[in-house]
Amino acid sequence: MARIVGVDIPNNKRGEIALTYIYGIGRSRANTILKEAEVDPEIKVQDWTDDQFGAIRKVINDQFKVEGELRSEVQMNIKRLMDIGCYRGIRHRIGLPVRGQSTKNNARTRKGKRKTVANKKMATK
Amino acid sequence: MSRSLKKGPFIDYKLERKILAMNDSGKKSVLKTWARASVISPDFVGHTIAVHNGNKFIPVYITENMVGHRLGEFAPTRTFRGHAGNRK
Repeated sequence: MARIVGVDIPNNKRGEIALTYIYGIGRSRANTILKEAEVDPEIKVQDWTDDQFGAIRKVINDQFKVEGELRSEVQMNIKRLMDIGCYRGIRHRIGLPVRGQSTKNNARTRKGKRKTVANKKMATK
Repeated sequence: MSRSLKKGPFIDYKLERKILAMNDSGKKSVLKTWARASVISPDFVGHTIAVHNGNKFIPVYITENMVGHRLGEFAPTRTFRGHAGNRK
């Protein structure tokens, strides 16, 4: 178990994969970081030396916004949209898809669990 | 596909002309427009523009944050008041 940028503890996985446990780092960014820090992406986190840890931390701190900082940036962007009252902001406010998707069916990720309406079929007849 | 940078943002020509004229003379009045697709340029800040939503003109006060959005984004064309029996 190792700690990088705050709370994240990737462990006995290859560096390339372990770094993706950090919010804001995916496969491609993980590879860029390891390349920059001159660490082989194939070796596991437990085999990293302290120097390599240092180099990786440095690259992440200097170049990328991750974890809390990134989350708050995303939240700020959404808040901005809601404050200026534009269409996207309104969609965020009422919890419906923002990018023009159909909402007749599906869209469950945004709408949440189905709320069954009693006798809906009968009412529409 | 996004718009070519060569052209710059689409700003309704007549609307822009009117706004610039108002900026020059220092006057302020509500402008009616149907140009929902027009991008809000920095010159528009501080003006109120009445944007058509297909039915009425919705007055939109332009603030700095709105620059780069389109006028239509601030004048919703649909009304949805929630489903029946959906309290709150």
